[in-house]
Amino acid sequence: MQIETALLIEWVVKSTILIFALLTGFAYTTFYERRLLALIQVRIGPNRTGPFGFLQPAADGLKLIFKEELIPANAYKFVFILAPILTVIPALIIMAVVPWGGAIELFGRQIALGLTDINVAILYLLSVASISVYGIVLAGWSSDNKYAMMGGLRSSAQMLSYELSLGLAFVVPILLAGSMSLNQIIEAQRGVWFIFYQPIAALVFYIAMLAEVNRAPFDMPEAEQELTAGYHTEYSGMKFSLFFMGEYMKMIAVSAIFATLFLGGYRGPFVDTYPLLGPLYLFLKVFLSLGLMIWIRATLPRLRYDRLMAFGWKILLPLSILNVFVTAVIIVVFGL
Amino acid sequence: MTADLILFFGLAAVAIGAALGMLLSKNAVYSALFLILNFATVAVFFLLLGAPFIAMAQVAVYAGAIMVLFLFVIMLLGAEQLLTSHKSGWQRPIAILLTLVLLVESIYLIFGRGRLLSQVAPVASDYASPEAIGELLFSRYLLPFEVTSILLLVAMVGVIVLIKKPKANN
Repeated sequence: MQIETALLIEWVVKSTILIFALLTGFAYTTFYERRLLALIQVRIGPNRTGPFGFLQPAADGLKLIFKEELIPANAYKFVFILAPILTVIPALIIMAVVPWGGAIELFGRQIALGLTDINVAILYLLSVASISVYGIVLAGWSSDNKYAMMGGLRSSAQMLSYELSLGLAFVVPILLAGSMSLNQIIEAQRGVWFIFYQPIAALVFYIAMLAEVNRAPFDMPEAEQELTAGYHTEYSGMKFSLFFMGEYMKMIAVSAIFATLFLGGYRGPFVDTYPLLGPLYLFLKVFLSLGLMIWIRATLPRLRYDRLMAFGWKILLPLSILNVFVTAVIIVVFGL
Repeated sequence: MTADLILFFGLAAVAIGAALGMLLSKNAVYSALFLILNFATVAVFFLLLGAPFIAMAQVAVYAGAIMVLFLFVIMLLGAEQLLTSHKSGWQRPIAILLTLVLLVESIYLIFGRGRLLSQVAPVASDYASPEAIGELLFSRYLLPFEVTSILLLVAMVGVIVLIKKPKANN
């Protein structure tokens, strides 16, 4: 019973840390994005609130709390309220299987840094990713607004199309590591990161994950010029900020997954002697990946919708199938 | 053990409620949502049985991919509202008959051969692990597996042929 209680406390503490890290990360990713965009566009960006503008996210949050909440008269109210919740929950739970570091010794117990290590971790990631489309689709449908509807439909078509390439890009690290557990995939990258063995898979994964979280240049569901704001046109106040929160937390989560699959996860120099360096290395990798996403947003124009679908089905998918095939053949022939 | 039982009955209630909700709701989108809830609870049942691979496949394939397509089609066609005067004449007696057959079968399985169910040997701990399933699919069940994949491919090709517009003669 003693052990059970200790385990329970450990899990509660770890989950709390994870949720706080994600929420803080969300707040500061918005700040990071605004400052980096400003830097690229030779502006200054938000720098008035607190030192270097560091309190800007808090000010934004306060502003959003005091906004008026509107629900359209003809909306399906239950689904309208459910949709933002369904968007945030997958973003919060997807990080549960990503390890943040090795094991540390605390209060005489061995504590693994990371919530769980399951042998179907990759499938867990895929299933949570496939569920996360519901929030957007239902938001678009329940708003009783043509722009929102179009945004929801576009996003579901887009996410379904790119999920295939994403799934195939997941297969390559599984093949290389011989396991679906993320810890073992990280262990297999002890020598060389998978991005050097498999640059094509890493590229396909990065593109597909941009589409999966609806980031530029794949932000069709919320193309301002055509759809006003897409699926969240009718949302205001905290409900709007929940969508915002979902999007930014998903950015953090997919960056962490990318780092785990292709950049060696929490591994780095001296991480075996000082396990506490693990979360720091993971943070650095996520930080760089987020920076790349923002850079892409600042650089590339949005794709037209038909070209986006054509790119997903006619270029990305055959490329990833070919890549999986070639990798599998090489592994079998050379017995790697 | 009691915690397991409480979890089981709670989930069973949710699953049955969701199934009923799917059948009885007037709006097709709500029906789809109830079906998703039902699939999710079934996935938790698989987890309770110690089969995480099947649970995750259930969520990713059924609750994720297939139901998203259902919702997509419902919304695209604008077919949310069912016609209220929908008469299903000859279907009703057949449905009642089939339901009765299924019910009798279930009762016979649960009560008539109840002892047989309890005598099933406990499954191995690596039961339904990804490795075990992969191994079986590519050795003992290779032929059904390949036949299924070819059937699915034929279905896909068929769909593409059906929706392709005939070439205009000019």
